Amino acid sequence: MHAPAPTAAPKISARHVSVHYGRKQAIDDVSIDVDMENVTAFIGPSGCGKSTFLRTLNRMNDTIPTARVAGDIRLDGEDIYAADMDVVQLRARVGMVFQKPNPFPKSIYENVAYGPRIHGLAANKAELDHIVERSLTRAGLWGEVKDRLSDSGTALSGGQQQRLCIARAIAVDPEVILMDEPCSALDPIATAKIEELVHELRGKYAIVIVTHNMQQAARVSQRTAFFHLGTLVEYGVTSQIFTNPRQERTKDYITGRYG
Amino acid sequence: MSGSALFFLVLGLALIGWLTARARAVRLGGATRLHSLPGQHGWYVAMWVAIPAFVFLAAWGWISPQLVREGVLASPQAASLPAFAFERSAILAEARAIARNPDLGAFNPQAEVLAPIYRTYLTRYAWIGTGIALILALAGGLYAFSRIAAPFRARGHVERGVMLILLVASLIAILTTLGIFGSLLVESARFFSIVPVADFLLGTHWSPQGVGVAHPGRDLGAVPLFWGTFFIGAVIAMAVAIPFGLMSAVYLTQYAAPAVRRWVKPMLEILAGVPTVVYGYFAALTVGPAIRQFAVALGMPYASSESALAAGLVMGVMIIPFVSSMADDALAAVPAAMRDGSLAMGATKSETIARVLMPAALPGVVAGILLAVSRAIGETMIVVMAASGAATISLNPFDSATTVTKQIVDLLTGEAAFDSPKTLAAFALGLTLFVITFLLNIVALRVVKKYREAYE
Ligand SMILES: Nc1ncnc2c1ncn2[C@@H]1O[C@H](COP(=O)(O)OP(=O)(O)O)[C@@H](O)[C@H]1O
Ligand SMILES: [Mg+2]
Repeated sequence: MHAPAPTAAPKISARHVSVHYGRKQAIDDVSIDVDMENVTAFIGPSGCGKSTFLRTLNRMNDTIPTARVAGDIRLDGEDIYAADMDVVQLRARVGMVFQKPNPFPKSIYENVAYGPRIHGLAANKAELDHIVERSLTRAGLWGEVKDRLSDSGTALSGGQQQRLCIARAIAVDPEVILMDEPCSALDPIATAKIEELVHELRGKYAIVIVTHNMQQAARVSQRTAFFHLGTLVEYGVTSQIFTNPRQERTKDYITGRYG
Repeated sequence: MSGSALFFLVLGLALIGWLTARARAVRLGGATRLHSLPGQHGWYVAMWVAIPAFVFLAAWGWISPQLVREGVLASPQAASLPAFAFERSAILAEARAIARNPDLGAFNPQAEVLAPIYRTYLTRYAWIGTGIALILALAGGLYAFSRIAAPFRARGHVERGVMLILLVASLIAILTTLGIFGSLLVESARFFSIVPVADFLLGTHWSPQGVGVAHPGRDLGAVPLFWGTFFIGAVIAMAVAIPFGLMSAVYLTQYAAPAVRRWVKPMLEILAGVPTVVYGYFAALTVGPAIRQFAVALGMPYASSESALAAGLVMGVMIIPFVSSMADDALAAVPAAMRDGSLAMGATKSETIARVLMPAALPGVVAGILLAVSRAIGETMIVVMAASGAATISLNPFDSATTVTKQIVDLLTGEAAFDSPKTLAAFALGLTLFVITFLLNIVALRVVKKYREAYE
């Protein structure tokens, strides 16, 4: 029904995805393509299933016992729900940043080194140091923390914690980064920094960002998907969605008719 | 009048006060608007009836025996009582028992003489107490009743009354603990006036059965007891309880399906409710002999069936549910976001547990272990039944060992005068145990508190 937005070779392509929590259906027949070049935003009223759908893309729904996912989701053409798919590998390729910053109660250094360590990405300390520095630099945090890498990650400010979580995700060199309302717990200045960061990361990673803030979607994304009541109502180029939506429901939402 | 009859009489008066006050407030309310609800006026009067009377009765229960005793001692018949305080008290106690229950036969003829006098005074003071209590109840009720008026703020007064009652209730436990601590201190002070503190705390020879008269401290060195307590409770028991408790907590919180958890958790809690005496005979009759045989097979022909290992192992099993439930709480308190963050990095479940959840839960787990140690070293029944009475210091778990609690029981169940160093030593041991468990608990609570703050 809703043709996925036109892209080159899609990084992720989802077809007819439905998700149930027990009996309750949270996502109904969603098809969407995500590509490398663009930042994709998921918008929609709270409870419409944005997080649920996002979590199907790195199989985080596997951690919820009641969740059942149906449909076909491919990463570079490979079925991520195939029986022989290694979830550990998948999550190394598809990183995730959460709504509330959740650094581990470890040092800043150890937070970033966590992924490389479990995936065995560094052969020695020097390599690990290098990965940590590169990741923190990319996340725009290196300058602020380089002199206190051994301080606890939880002692940073909220915005810094969220950038630390982004650095942590980057450290395993993922192909896709999923962000679930990464700014909803942050003040406007910290939010602006994260948005700037998303701009800089664009092109290096395929980025999907969930947001309930429409201005934010307009600022950071090139593709926007509007979800409502578990369905994908409209998916297209961001500027078109915000200026000239095809669907009545999208228009109502954009103009604030319901929230 | 008997105590319980008086109790119910006062309650009955309070009920009458409640009903009449409420009725009066309702009638007043017909004409003007009341500040407080009629029921609150009722409670106000009921409290004024009951509280002063009960407070008086509590105090009277404490004072009147002294008054009775003084009355009896002042009587001419008491003049012939022996001067030695211990004997004197025994006779008075007997007279009192006969006064209360004339069917009892007298052991000491003097007690028989004193009994009727005792009875007179008991009755007299009981009536005085009853009279004062009833007067207080009535006076309080009338005073409160006279204050009922439309603008009267009964609500606030009742609120304060409730607070007072709750405060007293919470003080009772604290005061009791202080009382216990105080009596331990007094008796221990007597002990330490005979035996030097250093002898007791640092001496390595413990044989209370043959305490020398000239140097009692030489035979009352408690180090072997401290060692045995530590070895059984903090080393062997914890070597069992910590790994199994932690692993079961990890399994229950992280791996078990909800259905399994629903069954296994209550079963662990039942294990925690098994009376310690049951563990005790399990240790003494089953585990002890088995371990002895094992030791004999290992080439220790004289191994004891009262080994430190038997008591420690069973005590460890007893503590498992305790450690498990503390660790369970600590793990459950780690925010789910922490676990999700790690899983989303591609960590497996066990990596997540070992590298993120356990470190985050560590303070809570440590606090749980400290509390478990404090329970283990205070545990009595298992060691009374399964540990040895011989105070030795040995690192070999197949050797016998004794503990502080076991020695306290042994010292106090034997026949001995109440002021011999041997008996008093039990109080000094009790005090030491009290102080150690108290410190352990304080440290554990601090750790828990700090840890809570970290996630708020
Ligand atoms: N773990 C869960 N168990 C059961 N229902 C859930 C769970 N998570 C989300 N839901 C339900 O699924 C629907 C979609 O939720 P979610 O994906 O969180 O929406 P959004 O992120 O758009 O606010 C909601 O109705 C929510 O109540
Ligand atoms: Mg959400």
